[in-house]
Amino acid sequence: MPSIEIIGSGIVGLSCAAFFAEKNCDVTVISSSNGPDENCCSWWAGGMLAPWCEMESAEPLIGELGLESMKFWKQFTSSYQQQGTLVVATSRDLPDLKRFGRRTNNWQQVKQDQIATLEPDLADRFTTGLYYPDEAHFDPRQVLPELVTHLKNKGVKFCTQTSFSKQELEAPSKADHRIDCRGLAAQDHLDELRGVKGEMLLIKSNEVKLSRPVRLLHPRIPLYIVPRDNGLFMVGATMLENENRSGATVRSVLELLSAAYALHPAFGEAEIIEIGVDARPAFPDNLPRIIHRGKTTYLNGMYRHGYLAAPAMAKQLVEQVLRLNTTSEQSNEPAHFTGNM
Amino acid sequence: MTIKFYDDEISSRLLIGTALYPSPAIMLEAIKASKAEIVTVSLRRESGTEQAGQNFWSFIKDSGAKVLPNTAGCKSVKEAVTTAHMAREIFETPWVKLEVIGEDDSLQPDVFGLVEAARILSEDGFQVFPYTTEDLVVAEKLISAGCEILMPWGAPIGSGRGLNNIYGLRSLRAHFPNIPLIVDAGIGLPSHAAAAMELGYDAVLLNTAVAKAGDPVLMAKAFALAIESGLQCYQADPIEKRDMAAPSTPVAGLPFWNQDHA
Repeated sequence: MPSIEIIGSGIVGLSCAAFFAEKNCDVTVISSSNGPDENCCSWWAGGMLAPWCEMESAEPLIGELGLESMKFWKQFTSSYQQQGTLVVATSRDLPDLKRFGRRTNNWQQVKQDQIATLEPDLADRFTTGLYYPDEAHFDPRQVLPELVTHLKNKGVKFCTQTSFSKQELEAPSKADHRIDCRGLAAQDHLDELRGVKGEMLLIKSNEVKLSRPVRLLHPRIPLYIVPRDNGLFMVGATMLENENRSGATVRSVLELLSAAYALHPAFGEAEIIEIGVDARPAFPDNLPRIIHRGKTTYLNGMYRHGYLAAPAMAKQLVEQVLRLNTTSEQSNEPAHFTGNM
Repeated sequence: MTIKFYDDEISSRLLIGTALYPSPAIMLEAIKASKAEIVTVSLRRESGTEQAGQNFWSFIKDSGAKVLPNTAGCKSVKEAVTTAHMAREIFETPWVKLEVIGEDDSLQPDVFGLVEAARILSEDGFQVFPYTTEDLVVAEKLISAGCEILMPWGAPIGSGRGLNNIYGLRSLRAHFPNIPLIVDAGIGLPSHAAAAMELGYDAVLLNTAVAKAGDPVLMAKAFALAIESGLQCYQADPIEKRDMAAPSTPVAGLPFWNQDHA
């Protein structure tokens, strides 16, 4: 089995490491941070596994990858909870709820009393909603370290390197194959990659309890509130066509906070714990791609679907890379082809 | 038949927005399918700084369409004027779609601020496309301020309600027979766009109706067809409504029992 060098320890790098390790490859993960942290998009994610809700605006491929990835997450994390998703709308946005239902499937319409059963704190706040019973969620900040521990137990080596020079990245890898999972940083090699700015909040409230992610329909962005342990709630996320990661705008924060407040006025007293900003790596079609260039393979462009798409894409990548390495050993020449799925 | 927007001859009567699409790739396809020659771009919301939004703007430049930058989200004269200046630098165009929003719920234009900003920008060499209401007096003032185009709303932005005030839009057309008039905002269906063209409007500007459709590319085609159809209808001089049926075949010579129902 070939030796594999993976650059990047976000969700994409770690997923690749997991599938290579499963095939008994000698895997080293090189990253600029010591484990998953605020340097990668995965850290800021909502952690919703919502392949059905996402179908409202994403391509069907994302749904297919999502179903596959959910199987992966189920075995790796203790925080995986299949509680479904509740989608609601304020009275003025009710036409949007109809459209949302029309464009998605695997949901049940829920009326006020059923909403009260699902989320007692939201009783009397919404008269109608959609419930997606098969969707799940988890806390990415628990999942990522758990995955690292699992990989270490499997013999995956982790190596910290703060940055890579152009020469280092262009020099042949010491390993048999290099997997570039640098996210937006790979813009230097992947011309079409762009960043889509996202802003999120972490708030803390002991007055409101939610058991599952709740989406509040909004005319422009998918707004959601995901409950986490200890009274924490993740509120996300904006989508702006720029790569500015220096800070969240007042308008975005207002919009996110007002969503929480509209969901439940008790969030008005919640404490703001964190305001997060990052830029998601995306290709023009907002779909992930596997790109082979000689002895380097890129997996990138997760857009807002890292947790939904990365494991399923990593599985495909590992199969392709192993096949490629067998072929190139036989022909004694590096295989050159670029392609996406 | 082309139409003149300031110094430019334009053939397509559809102007299309670039926000809210599922992906830039779909946006480009939809623009192509719409046959629009002009796309609007929101500068303020999408880009923090000049550098940060480069990637997205390069998609828009790739579309080959002329860019009409807008001042979406601006609520004061000062913001709108500053945004217009940024847009002129980035897109190297004197064109600006001027929006000064007066009210959050309806995103209704603040017509007082609009007239003032239009005057400042026109004096500064901008070619202003003002997003306004169907109010005749405001329209007069915008023209005095230097606007050579008017863009009244059909209905509030993103509402998809179509033409809320047909009478008002018809009066505006009648008052300004020689000013290019574009219905901007509120369009939900191709039939709404066709109705605007049938009133004699010169073009239609829309975004949400295409971008948020289940199949934006197909919807863009539907709008292109509807607008073409509405334009040809207007040029063909449609018949007037009547209170009674008017037979399309002569009745003389028919037996009396048929004449009763002719």
